[in-house]
Amino acid sequence: MRPTFRRLVASTAAAGMLVLAGCSAPATPDGTSGSATLVVATSDEPDALNPVLNYGVDGASLIFDGLVTRDDDNRLVAGLATALPELSRDGRTVTAKLRDGVQFHDGTALTAQDVVFTYQAVLDPTVDSTLRSDLDMVESVTAPDAATVVFRLRYPYAPFLQRLTLGIVPAKLLSGQDINTAGFNRKPIGTGPYRVESWTPGDRLVLTANESYFGGRPKNNRVVVAFVADDNVRAQRMRAGEFDAAELPPKLASGFDADATYRVQRVPTADYRGVMLPTGNPVLADPAVRRALNLGVDRAAMVSGLLGGAGEPAFGPIPPTSEFADPSIVGKPTADPTAAGALLDAAGWTPGPGGVRVKDGRPARFTLMYPASDTLRKDLALAVTADAKKIGIEVTPAGLTWDAIDPRMKSDALLMGYGTPFDPDFVSYKLFGSRFAGQGYFNPGSYRSEVTDSALQEGRDQIDPALRKAAYAQFQKQLATDVPWLFLTYLRHTYVLKSSVRGVAPRVEAHEHGVANSIWWNIDTWTRS
Amino acid sequence: MEHRHLDPVVSRSGRLAGAGAVVRRRLLVAVPVLAATSIGMFALGAASPVDPAKQYAGAAAFTASEENLAQLRANWGVDDPLPVQYLRWIGNLVQGDLGWSTSRHEPVAAVLAARAGWTLLLIGVTLALVLVASLLLGALAAYRRGGLFDRALRTAAYAVESMPVFWLGLAAIAVFALALGWLPAGGLTDVTATSTSWADVAHHLILPVGVLAVSQAPWFVLFVRDAVAESLRDDHVLAARARGLPGRTVLFGHALRTALLPFLTLVGTHLPELVGGAVLVETVFSLPGLGAVTVAAALGSDFPLLAAITLVTTAVVLAANLATDLAYAAADPRVRLDG
Repeated sequence: MRPTFRRLVASTAAAGMLVLAGCSAPATPDGTSGSATLVVATSDEPDALNPVLNYGVDGASLIFDGLVTRDDDNRLVAGLATALPELSRDGRTVTAKLRDGVQFHDGTALTAQDVVFTYQAVLDPTVDSTLRSDLDMVESVTAPDAATVVFRLRYPYAPFLQRLTLGIVPAKLLSGQDINTAGFNRKPIGTGPYRVESWTPGDRLVLTANESYFGGRPKNNRVVVAFVADDNVRAQRMRAGEFDAAELPPKLASGFDADATYRVQRVPTADYRGVMLPTGNPVLADPAVRRALNLGVDRAAMVSGLLGGAGEPAFGPIPPTSEFADPSIVGKPTADPTAAGALLDAAGWTPGPGGVRVKDGRPARFTLMYPASDTLRKDLALAVTADAKKIGIEVTPAGLTWDAIDPRMKSDALLMGYGTPFDPDFVSYKLFGSRFAGQGYFNPGSYRSEVTDSALQEGRDQIDPALRKAAYAQFQKQLATDVPWLFLTYLRHTYVLKSSVRGVAPRVEAHEHGVANSIWWNIDTWTRS
Repeated sequence: MEHRHLDPVVSRSGRLAGAGAVVRRRLLVAVPVLAATSIGMFALGAASPVDPAKQYAGAAAFTASEENLAQLRANWGVDDPLPVQYLRWIGNLVQGDLGWSTSRHEPVAAVLAARAGWTLLLIGVTLALVLVASLLLGALAAYRRGGLFDRALRTAAYAVESMPVFWLGLAAIAVFALALGWLPAGGLTDVTATSTSWADVAHHLILPVGVLAVSQAPWFVLFVRDAVAESLRDDHVLAARARGLPGRTVLFGHALRTALLPFLTLVGTHLPELVGGAVLVETVFSLPGLGAVTVAAALGSDFPLLAAITLVTTAVVLAANLATDLAYAAADPRVRLDG
């Protein structure tokens, strides 16, 4: 029976050889010219690479171009349009002229018909696009000739040009097809600096330079976007030298600070976190309580303790980096419990049993909900709880799922996050407008103020930038008085890059960042030294 | 292993004579089991409070109007009564259409086709490795029971058993990828590779397979060791030894063979744990297998995808049970399939 044992040994050895054979043939990266291939890593993998289905709608999608695009300062500049289109005086018509000679990756020419098709597809109710809510002002899109597109709006909408960053898809490849299920969504054709070479879902997206890009051929040949969902794994693989740039949470990113081969970028965002204070709650309905909370929270401690320094204190929904930010909207980053206490005393909230203030027999307590899976919001909720306790307000934090949170938003406080760097109208119009009171996530706390309403409306109706700025200044001041939200912090997105990468130009980011709109928004101009 | 001298009465082909009938009978049982599983899946789906439209929209759910979300739900028919949805799904299934995955945004069949292969490869290679290693190591440890090798092996097994797979994976990356630089830290191929070559994939699978194998091995090794140690005291083994057969023959030909029978049954029952470990290993090594999509499908109420994965898993488990039973019959002359 010796053969049995010997065979076992032999087959084990054979298996070992097979494995070793695998080792001995490592793939050699094609790095002869130094910047041939750039590799970036992110956790956010898109569902579909189609702008109509929400891929890279704010531009910088690498594969597509919009009529307009944004520069390093997020200012609008011409994209596929020859010049920045203009809004008519009544704020209801936009005419865009298309660049000559722009080609899709398959060599066909871009025409106005493609633009019309793209926008009509978004507005088509049978298409599964959530972008439709953002374009509900569009009444019609037409192409009077092959190089002209005319948008007609239902109502005046000052920031409409900001919506023209949406990538344009080729009508010929998609018309007559079910856009929801089209193969195009996996292997798209655009006009952008890169064409899609391959996409292995869950693994990576490989892009190759578009030789005939109208904005100039990219300075590198290929870009690989690796999808690595787990933060720790992404950090380990960054350290193993696999990536040129990776998005990492602040605490993991700071581990690279001391290493000269890496550079850590902490990019400012318009992404804020705050507590929505519903007017339907008997305690929070009192403006004195809301103002006292606003004075009593220690934003500086939250930024340094919870965000590892990767953030700024927030005092309103318009980030300090925005041209619409009003300079008067600043508060103390640290807590002022004395002033908060005085405010509560004056309003009749007197210290009661157990250190909880009482007014007319009602103790100052409320529930603060947060989505249980979000650790940052949980940490912020606990910090608010601790700060509120110091001024005699008892907060009960409750970690729930969104489905459990939804029905309670009218009466219980909620830790929320929002924010966009592009235009104050985008989120705030619905979030603080009384018309949207109690409508899902739009104005869940039913905040109502005539001053706010008219300021928001003015900001939307007026085309003149100076009038808009004045309107949003009034809006910010009114919010600071009413405190419908307790704004806590703006986040910073943190990225680790290899020091050898050149051409990085961070710009203020929105909440969403993945393949599109990350620090690599201009990767076509990156090189490696 | 061939030991013809041990089965003089019934030949191997004779022992598996009833296999065809058993396979047919099992297939008949499989149909109601699969039907029950899929109905269970849909019932769970109906009980779930998660709104698939909001899950699909992601962050856009907070800026999309309720009307917009309602349109999405209507497009997918997810608000239809449960029996309607189930019958529609069964109807499509019969026509070979597994449905549309709302979380992955592609046909369910495409999701499975792109990913199931990698998970099966990971599990298959690991299982083979674990079986060979545990039989060899377990038997050797049992042969020199109480010896240095036995004690070292058991200590190592208990130590590994107490380590979470996730930790083991990150530790392996830290040692073999970062400190020594021998192996890649993750991914299926080199990130800059232009094509998927088998050598590249094999190179990338060494660490994941190794980690999964090491994390699963203790249970198998300890079981084999105890079972072999037990059967070394059996009469027929003692008799073989008394006849003067060499130690190796006694160990692998007699003792291990007896111990193999309960082991075969338990491999089948241990399969789900191996699958669970594979999901974690896929996460740690960023492999595009079924693990990550299953989690995403569960969180996103993607019932077409979940139902398909459940069906496939159920079918694999049923097939594994059948294979175990057939293997049992092949290994033990006393077991008859046609009985």
